[in-house]
Amino acid sequence: MEVIQLDKARNTNFLKEVEAESGQKLSTCYQCGNCTAGCPGGEFYDRQVSQIMRAAQLGLKEEALGNRSLWLCLACSTCSARCPNEIDVAGVMETLRSMARREGYVNDRPIESFWKAFLDMVSMNGRTFEAGVMADYMLRTGRGWSNLAMAPAALAKGKMPFFPHRIKGRKEVARIFKRYAEKRS
Amino acid sequence: MKLAYYPGCSGEGTSKEYDVSTRAICEALGFTLTDIDDWSCCGSTPGHSLDHALSGALSARNLALASTMEADCVVTPCPSCLSNLKHAKHRMEDPAFKAKVDELLDEPTPALPEPYSVLQVIVEKLSMEEIAAKVKKPLKGLKVACYYGCLMVRPPKVMQFDDYENPMSLDNLLVALGAEVVPFPLKTECCGASLGVVDKEVTSKLSGRILERAKQFGANCVVSACPLCQMNLDLRQSQAEEAMGQKFELPIFYYTQLLGLALGLDDSALMMNKLVVSPHALLKSLDAPAEAVAPEAKAEPKAEDKSDEGAAS
Ligand code: SF4
Ligand code: SF4
Repeated sequence: MEVIQLDKARNTNFLKEVEAESGQKLSTCYQCGNCTAGCPGGEFYDRQVSQIMRAAQLGLKEEALGNRSLWLCLACSTCSARCPNEIDVAGVMETLRSMARREGYVNDRPIESFWKAFLDMVSMNGRTFEAGVMADYMLRTGRGWSNLAMAPAALAKGKMPFFPHRIKGRKEVARIFKRYAEKRS
Repeated sequence: MKLAYYPGCSGEGTSKEYDVSTRAICEALGFTLTDIDDWSCCGSTPGHSLDHALSGALSARNLALASTMEADCVVTPCPSCLSNLKHAKHRMEDPAFKAKVDELLDEPTPALPEPYSVLQVIVEKLSMEEIAAKVKKPLKGLKVACYYGCLMVRPPKVMQFDDYENPMSLDNLLVALGAEVVPFPLKTECCGASLGVVDKEVTSKLSGRILERAKQFGANCVVSACPLCQMNLDLRQSQAEEAMGQKFELPIFYYTQLLGLALGLDDSALMMNKLVVSPHALLKSLDAPAEAVAPEAKAEPKAEDKSDEGAAS
């Protein structure tokens, strides 16, 4: 069992940062475990969602940001709906995930690559189209073969357009991404 | 009633049949849809997973466009788009968040209209009796598991639609169409969402359980209102079968297809042949003579007290 030395590992500012960024009062979590009990991702997680909440509450930044669960969370909001203290737990997971990205904790690159492939497509065309996103994603990661197995069925049903629909306002959409990138750099 | 329509990107590809059947049933029910001119992608899961302000800006552009239309209401068929649009609108009530979004846009956002799902507008603007009165072809013989998924009802504070643990709107609608609705405890469980793209195991298992349970409860088909759920249950059904070590062969309809079928719309408006798991044998059996017909349709016990919760303005 891993031992965490609280006096060394705690980062007292961390809880404040998470609360400010998520707009949620994590300090009200009393570890009832409701969020974990209903979490469909739980069986695939390395840290359960209530454990992550506790880690954030205690200021255990490594624990809260350096887990694989953040990247497996399905954003289903079951946890938020069932939390007796009305914490938007899914929102906290999302906040932790974006903090983990910013601070270089990215634990599961494939999902990150998929998101990037998707958003690049939006930035270029204003809309997405599945074939383009999948091709880009597979090029970046060399993964996604299980999706390719689905492609013939999708193709046969005419569900895989090969060209994106480009909207008139695509430059306007591209500017959203440009400003976002500038702000982050 | 005039509705500003946000089709969503999947309506141009993987869920073409949802878009087409949505337009057709709206017309048949007396709603006029006008597409939001030059609408753009809401950013979907990748958008809000990376950054709330980015997702907010991508959604706000569309709501701002809709606000210039003279519509009674803004609607989308897709729960994932709806979730983004609604979150953007609600988060922007906080001036600090609005400022972050406005920084990303060409112009500061005007007051934004509240978006709704097409389903919510249908079930709240029309009574089930009105809908039942329009049915030309009752769906007798269909045993439906109504699958709502996550996003339509959660988080309840933002979505403000139906009961978030035991929603009934699709159940009531299908009963009005003459189908039998089977009890279905996994109504709002997650299907694995877009994680299927990178992690087949998670999605196959979660979707597999939903299909397995639907079958155990006697369903001969599933009805969905979400392009992502529908894709996981239909296009990826073979992966789910592999993960669960059993065959399901359950057709997964969009509710709009079944509504259109009951209203007597033409197949060109329903696009049944777009479904990967073929529904044709099942649909054919509905046309079979009376002795093959299922017993009187009935919903789950809680049907009455759930039907009129929440209200689209
Ligand atoms: S449900 Fe809420 S209070 Fe309970 S453990 Fe989860 S976050 Fe804490
Ligand atoms: S939102 Fe994420 S953490 Fe919350 S219940 Fe769903 S999968 Fe689990």
